[in-house]
Amino acid sequence: MAGFANLFYNTFVRRNSVYVTAIFGSAFAFGVGFDTAVTSVWDKWNQGKQWKDIRDKYIQDEE
Amino acid sequence: MLFRLPASSLKSVHSLKDVAANSSRLVARRTPVRFASSSSASSTVKSVLDSRAALASAAIATVGSIAWYTHLYGTLPFVGQVHANSPAEEGLHPPQYPWSHNGWLDSYDHASIRRGYQVYREVCAACHSLDRIAWRNLVGVSHTADEAKAMAEEVEYEDGPNDQGEMFQRPGKLSDYLPPPYPNEEAARASNQGALPPDLSLITKARHSGPDYVFALLTGYRDPPAGFEIREGMNYNPYFPGNAISMARVLFDELVEYEDGTPATTSQLAKDVVTFLNWAAEPEHDERKKAGIKAVILFSSLTLISLYVKRFKWSVIKNRKIFYNPPVDKTH
Repeated sequence: MAGFANLFYNTFVRRNSVYVTAIFGSAFAFGVGFDTAVTSVWDKWNQGKQWKDIRDKYIQDEE
Repeated sequence: MLFRLPASSLKSVHSLKDVAANSSRLVARRTPVRFASSSSASSTVKSVLDSRAALASAAIATVGSIAWYTHLYGTLPFVGQVHANSPAEEGLHPPQYPWSHNGWLDSYDHASIRRGYQVYREVCAACHSLDRIAWRNLVGVSHTADEAKAMAEEVEYEDGPNDQGEMFQRPGKLSDYLPPPYPNEEAARASNQGALPPDLSLITKARHSGPDYVFALLTGYRDPPAGFEIREGMNYNPYFPGNAISMARVLFDELVEYEDGTPATTSQLAKDVVTFLNWAAEPEHDERKKAGIKAVILFSSLTLISLYVKRFKWSVIKNRKIFYNPPVDKTH
């Protein structure tokens, strides 16, 4: 545990530029990941009900 | 309940008590070393009844049953109420229907919205406007952009002024709003014996019980009961406040031919059009529920983290013991 804490400190916290970048980067990554996860659960729960599930029936090919 | 019991039964209760008391005395005599609280059964029962948990659960049960009763019957139990309105004037309360978008995680059934738009267009739109919905709102919800454009172009809109300062007619665009059936309120009243067909954009938000009410109203037409006077041109509907509504029953089996082959029964038509109207009133519904799920997950985990951090930080303070070491007298 201490080894991990030291590694974490030395990698991310030692320099403020790296620290701030890591915070912003991880916030962005978490936002994208969380949104993807919630959306996939939502889509699974509402399978067949949403517009994107039925739009194939109505879309006409642009020839 | 006790009044119904014969008097002799009370005697047996007494004798039961005596037996219990005797046995506890016996137990107490046999094990004189045990603590008073655990030696007799009756005092154990007493301590359980006196406990905070018992008090809290009794309070929760009381409040919960009153809340449940009030929710179920609409009034507080044992409290009389006086209404100026008769139940007929208020209208029959509609039952709760299992809408496909009822649950916390449920989106609209968009196929139903599409069918509901067809019902609105072919039936309701003859009298009811839908002012707040534009053709573009249908795109990506119930119709493709091409379909919505084609439907908009079938309607003529007044635009202008042009170079000569005159208004002109042009085919509709996606940004135009759905055309109203009447140019103004007076025209609408004149065509409907003085009754104004309400705009349907927000109708499920504007009525008590929302979609349940609209569905019950649309499917609730029947013959008036004996003795109910109904004026010429009015129709009987138990769900409508006052029970006499100007709108006649409009939905009948096979009135509309669905393009996806769904059997067009009266209740199916009503369900679809109510789903469509619910969407028209709450187009943000799907996104709102999705954002709600995210918010619940994030805020509950943040709450748990903050509770943990608080306990962690306070543990040192909460667990310390303070000792007093009196100064030792070193003189002798």
